[in-house]
Amino acid sequence: MSGPLSSRRGFMAATTTLAGTALAGCLNSSSSSNTIKLGILEDRSGNFSLVGSPKHKASLLAIEEINNNGGINGKEIEVFDPDPQSDNTRYQDLTRRAIKQERVDALWAGYSSATREAIRPIIDREDQLYFYTTQYEGGVCDKNVFAVGPTARQQLGSVLPYLVEEYGSDIYTIAADYNFGQLSADWVKVLANENDANVIGEEFIPLSNSQFGSTINRIQEADPDFVMSMLVGANHTSFYEQKASAGLDVPIGTSTAMAQGYEHRRLDPPAMANIYAGVNYMEEIPTKRNTKEGGFVDRYFNKFPDAPYLNEEAENNYFSIYMYKKAVEQAGTTEQEAVKEALESGITYEAPEAPEGESIKLDGATHHVDHHMWVMRADEEHNVEAVEDRVIPETFLSETVGCDLTSEDEETQYTPQDFYEEAG
Amino acid sequence: MVNGLNLLFQFLDSFAFIVLAAAGLAIIFGIMGVINLAHGEFIMVGAYATTLANIEYGLPLPAAMLAGVLVTALFGLVVERVIISGWLPNTIGQLTLGRNVIEPLYDRLADSMVATWGLSLVMVQGVRILYGNSLDQIGTPLGNIAYSGFTYSTYRVSLAGVALAVLLVTFLVFRYTEYGMRARATIQDEDTARAMGVDTERTYMTTFAIGSGLAGLTGALYAPTITMVPGLGSSFLVEAFVAVVVGGPSVVLGTTLAGGLLGTINAVFSNVYGTFVGRIALLVTAIVMIRFLPEGITGFVERVRERRQEGV
Repeated sequence: MSGPLSSRRGFMAATTTLAGTALAGCLNSSSSSNTIKLGILEDRSGNFSLVGSPKHKASLLAIEEINNNGGINGKEIEVFDPDPQSDNTRYQDLTRRAIKQERVDALWAGYSSATREAIRPIIDREDQLYFYTTQYEGGVCDKNVFAVGPTARQQLGSVLPYLVEEYGSDIYTIAADYNFGQLSADWVKVLANENDANVIGEEFIPLSNSQFGSTINRIQEADPDFVMSMLVGANHTSFYEQKASAGLDVPIGTSTAMAQGYEHRRLDPPAMANIYAGVNYMEEIPTKRNTKEGGFVDRYFNKFPDAPYLNEEAENNYFSIYMYKKAVEQAGTTEQEAVKEALESGITYEAPEAPEGESIKLDGATHHVDHHMWVMRADEEHNVEAVEDRVIPETFLSETVGCDLTSEDEETQYTPQDFYEEAG
Repeated sequence: MVNGLNLLFQFLDSFAFIVLAAAGLAIIFGIMGVINLAHGEFIMVGAYATTLANIEYGLPLPAAMLAGVLVTALFGLVVERVIISGWLPNTIGQLTLGRNVIEPLYDRLADSMVATWGLSLVMVQGVRILYGNSLDQIGTPLGNIAYSGFTYSTYRVSLAGVALAVLLVTFLVFRYTEYGMRARATIQDEDTARAMGVDTERTYMTTFAIGSGLAGLTGALYAPTITMVPGLGSSFLVEAFVAVVVGGPSVVLGTTLAGGLLGTINAVFSNVYGTFVGRIALLVTAIVMIRFLPEGITGFVERVRERRQEGV
């Protein structure tokens, strides 16, 4: 048989041409000294749009609320918010544009750690005030960066001790195979050591993988007391459905499922049954500020009735814009060095994640937040309830590393391998 | 420790995934010489149609799957008429400008790649605009098989049976139906086939619809096991393309052998060393095959047979 197949080389080339490019759009803008301009670069299309869209929406909510209440020091907030389309090259272009042409007073940008690391050199070159709000592996000690999402030490540090106490000390880790997953797995080892537990198995899954038959078998073979899952992205979400249909019913602790991509709403029950998320926020957090009439959830869905979910990072964008407002009011100017100094003075805010009468505090030395952390469990019907909550300070940078940005200017990211033997 | 049953189930699982991911792609490529880079997105159409039919319109799962197949086949037909053959734009062109505006994409490998890749981008973003970033998901039916401390999803194992059935039906269609004969004649020598009265354009159209329908079937079958996002098709692409490269020119035999070989390699390596190594093994196999058997398994078999005949 011969024919059209003579040109196989062309076909093979097809397998290598699966890469994409995106065109940058043209945007106009103007700014004047009577307004404050905030750059909000959050993904509304591409890979991260599912988790990025709520961040964008919650930012707009905070800005609208502030403008309706007289702005910041009487100045109205303007927004520069093009869609970076989950594309790191586009992020770099838009970051340069936001700083040099739009001259934003503060910048919120990026979902993944890869994005943050792609734009951090640009941020540092220009000394731009920058808020990174996603929950992440931790360790960024940078004078320009306020990493206000919870870190692996805070997230895993809330859920792992709880599960050790409830179920036992044998842990099996599955994590996405890139820097976030690798570092989070290191944190599982560190925290296991601190809680007299041990990691009996570990598997790193490529981000492109969506078939989990062998992973499920390997977990069953190891027979752990619970699994720690730091799987990331849509392909990996398939794990939960597949483990449920395979009948794997071991409890699972996670820092990445439910609070960001609301898997408990999207998947058919009982795929997420008995999964415990260590988070600072998700829509179901039972605080008054969050759930009361006219509370955070109400206001969000009033403004965006068609929004599917209000996720962890959305709250982080929301409260950090308010923290920025407080800092500008305290500094009396939008001049960025003065605002950074004000932020370092220990700003607090009554965020939706904190129970009535409490607030969360921005730690000036490390630019991280001492979050009110929650362990949230999904049941057979995917109802989510809080099983534990407490304030967990970010201690890796402050105590272990000794990062103090109020006295020393740094632009570093520290990893657990540098400080813990068991993480090596 | 290797458990025989684990290995068997994983093999069946991988075999089904590879065969079903590749079938539609192999048919369209083998018969029309069109590389469909939107293949993953055709699978997505099938998965979305199935999920929407089941959750939004309340059809029972088997009926929803059938709807997924039909919608995708119909969609393929439209794509063929508008983009691949250019029939619709050409008809309009004839009426208004008095000439054709598009050259058909048959046997234009590079051009068909660019056109279908563009189509895939439009499809992913279009679905995102229409249905948002994700859909609610159907749960996997049929429960699980339990054996000595392990369990495996019954549904996923039974997909191997479906994969075999797909291969068998495809074989029967191409071997014994009139369409099959026309299609084979068109592959062997298009001009002669046309001289003998075969409407090759219609053959191409039918082939593309069948290939699309198979992609839709894959989407329909996997809809209850994977996450419903617009980009879900990309998770099938590596297996699909590697299987077509490894399988070679014969659609049915090539896909079967590729599924068997790659399924075995994937099952053994991911069972013993984990998912990561399993994937590497799959890609290394593809590289080795391209280097030493550039015509694929069936191309190699063909060559050996021809050489033998010359010897006689």
